[in-house]
Amino acid sequence: MNNKNKNKSGLVKGVFLSLMVVLFLTTTNCSTDESQTVANFTTLVMSDEFNTDGAPDNSKWNYEIGTGNNGWGNNELQYYTDRTENVKVENGYLLITANQEDFNGSSYTSARITTQGKFEQAYGRFEARIRLPYGKGLWPAFWLLGNDCETNIWPQCGEIDIMEYLGDNPTTIFGSAHGPGYSAGEAVTKDYVLENGRYDTGFHVFGIEWGPGYINYYVDDALYQTITPEDTPGEWVFDHPFYIILNVAVGGNFPGSPNDETVFPQTMLVDYVRVYQQQ
Amino acid sequence: MKTRKNTYSKIILYVGLIFITAISCERDLSDDAEFATYPTTPDIFIDGFVGGLDYFPFGGSFAEAFSVETEETYLGSASMRFDIPQFGVSYGGATFPSTGPRDLSGYDALTFWAKASQGADINEIGFGINGDTNNKFQVTLQNLPLTTNWAKYVIAIPDASKLNQEKGMFWYAEGAENQFDEGGYTFWIDELRFEKLGTIGQPQPAILNGVDEVQQTFVDTNITLSGLTQTQNLGSGQNQTVSVAPSYFEFTSSDVDVAIVNELGVVSVVGTGTATITATLGNVAANGSLTIESTGALATAPTPTLPAANVISIFSNAYNDVPVDFFNAGWTGSTTETTDINSGGNDIKYYTQNNFVGIGFENPTVDASAMTHMHIDIYTDDVINGNFEIQIRDRGANGVINSDNNGFPTEDDADLRYSVNSLPQGQWTSIDIPLSGNIASQKNNLALLVFVGGVPNFYVDNIYFYN
Repeated sequence: MNNKNKNKSGLVKGVFLSLMVVLFLTTTNCSTDESQTVANFTTLVMSDEFNTDGAPDNSKWNYEIGTGNNGWGNNELQYYTDRTENVKVENGYLLITANQEDFNGSSYTSARITTQGKFEQAYGRFEARIRLPYGKGLWPAFWLLGNDCETNIWPQCGEIDIMEYLGDNPTTIFGSAHGPGYSAGEAVTKDYVLENGRYDTGFHVFGIEWGPGYINYYVDDALYQTITPEDTPGEWVFDHPFYIILNVAVGGNFPGSPNDETVFPQTMLVDYVRVYQQQ
Repeated sequence: MKTRKNTYSKIILYVGLIFITAISCERDLSDDAEFATYPTTPDIFIDGFVGGLDYFPFGGSFAEAFSVETEETYLGSASMRFDIPQFGVSYGGATFPSTGPRDLSGYDALTFWAKASQGADINEIGFGINGDTNNKFQVTLQNLPLTTNWAKYVIAIPDASKLNQEKGMFWYAEGAENQFDEGGYTFWIDELRFEKLGTIGQPQPAILNGVDEVQQTFVDTNITLSGLTQTQNLGSGQNQTVSVAPSYFEFTSSDVDVAIVNELGVVSVVGTGTATITATLGNVAANGSLTIESTGALATAPTPTLPAANVISIFSNAYNDVPVDFFNAGWTGSTTETTDINSGGNDIKYYTQNNFVGIGFENPTVDASAMTHMHIDIYTDDVINGNFEIQIRDRGANGVINSDNNGFPTEDDADLRYSVNSLPQGQWTSIDIPLSGNIASQKNNLALLVFVGGVPNFYVDNIYFYN
């Protein structure tokens, strides 16, 4: 079954790459920026296929525990744990599960894992194949943070959201970049809507191709956004190493609280995370 | 004319296919048996009916409610126009079956554009009314709100794999339910078709409205499972719940020596003991279950002996009953559940968790001017706590039940409140209530019975007025 998946995704990737070339040519034809270059990010430098059942591979992943400051800055309602109820690898998938339960003063639990200090890289193709949860109040994400946030306070350190999604809008994801003068509600962002599908009933590949002076955002084989320094109202802060974060938040300023119709538990399934470098 | 001919020849072809299929079903199917296939035509009404449609207004409905509109359309040259009459006149209601079966299994929703001449809720709208199959796959969306602007609406299919030979393309029923409900207005539907949206997911089927119920019951009783729904999440992120026919479900009994359940959701208690009925819809486990605790045989109520000429019957197998609108009014604040029970061929109503519940019969009301009493048989296993009250309401001449906030009659209404302070456990009690007091001289528009308090769980049989 895993082999099948791999073959399939290999195929998809072939299509993905050639389409990207086509898209790039199209883009350059109408683009004013003649200096834009296409990169071939084909050298796999980090991947987790989540093929070993149990806890996530601790050579790649850290847990973030608790409620952060003010619910991770967003008044989020969940308590992040490292328990198997909230995070585990099973049957070839990473499962991050949000539960409704009283835990250390919070009404929900979930998990947030990062590659901070274990895998950090500037530029490259970062992608993950994910099936999302659904329901009001669910806020899963696959995103990157600058590895200097402890000294260069956010948003100066930079944030690249490869995929954010609100569970009460199951056909839409967002790709964003946050930096000084364009963070939180002011981030440079664009949504991508599935016209004939939804993100919680099947897997989709969410990715960026990131090089000096550009970040291209993809869903499956579709490029839907290019962010360059021309698009950012403040300083371009995406030329240093970033690390990966996968999490499922519950509630908070952006998604609002769960309601009576929100079904728990809700799980984000991650088939793989892969990072490629330019040859 | 040409189209007609085509349609007929198609019908003949389908009949032929049905015949072949039916013959095949006499024997076991061989591995390479192929089922007849039907056209997958998705369109129902675009700028006219597509693919051969009939129009059957429901009995008693305003026959002119539907017409084809050419002025007000969402797209193209025509739309479907529905003129809903004023309260008291009638209602609009019809089904639009396809003349031949269609294979809808590749779609996931019925969609249309609609607007109304004023803000309005369509009482019931859906698909799957098919006389050939006794509405086997009927779907009902209740209270669909329309605005005065054209908007697109989606009714999700509960399990499309069931609809590989469906004729019931579309139906609706809308009328003013009282003098305050909207009536005397028009709504329009356009671009009516089945679609594969791909944006519908997260099914949450339910039986008994998702509640795990326990019922003490008796051998030989039949219980019809109610509250059958499918809830799906639409592309908008909103959940939509529709009422669905039992044949969408697969039902299972945990002990077939105690209770069995058929494809119509009728549970038959066949032995003593405990069995739990559960269900799936499209391989998804349904919320809700019914646990049967069968304690043996239920005694039957005494069979009425009065001649039919002396009786106006509301509910009895011994007489022809008058039309009853409902056996459970479903009033706000009422916790009462009502179950139809058939014990040895005798129909009984089983009320559970009752605080207050109404039985309505307003179409028409009962003229009991010539009657002197009301009879009712009640059985309970509960210990009575306080009084069990029976209210008999006459709604007067103004055509409406008028009550204050505490349920007491106002305007031209009158009622009789009869208290029962003793109901022996484990046996039938016959109660005969004289039609006296406030309704002694006003009993020509009887419209409602109400049961209040006393015992939460009881069986009822043989409700009739007599002299």
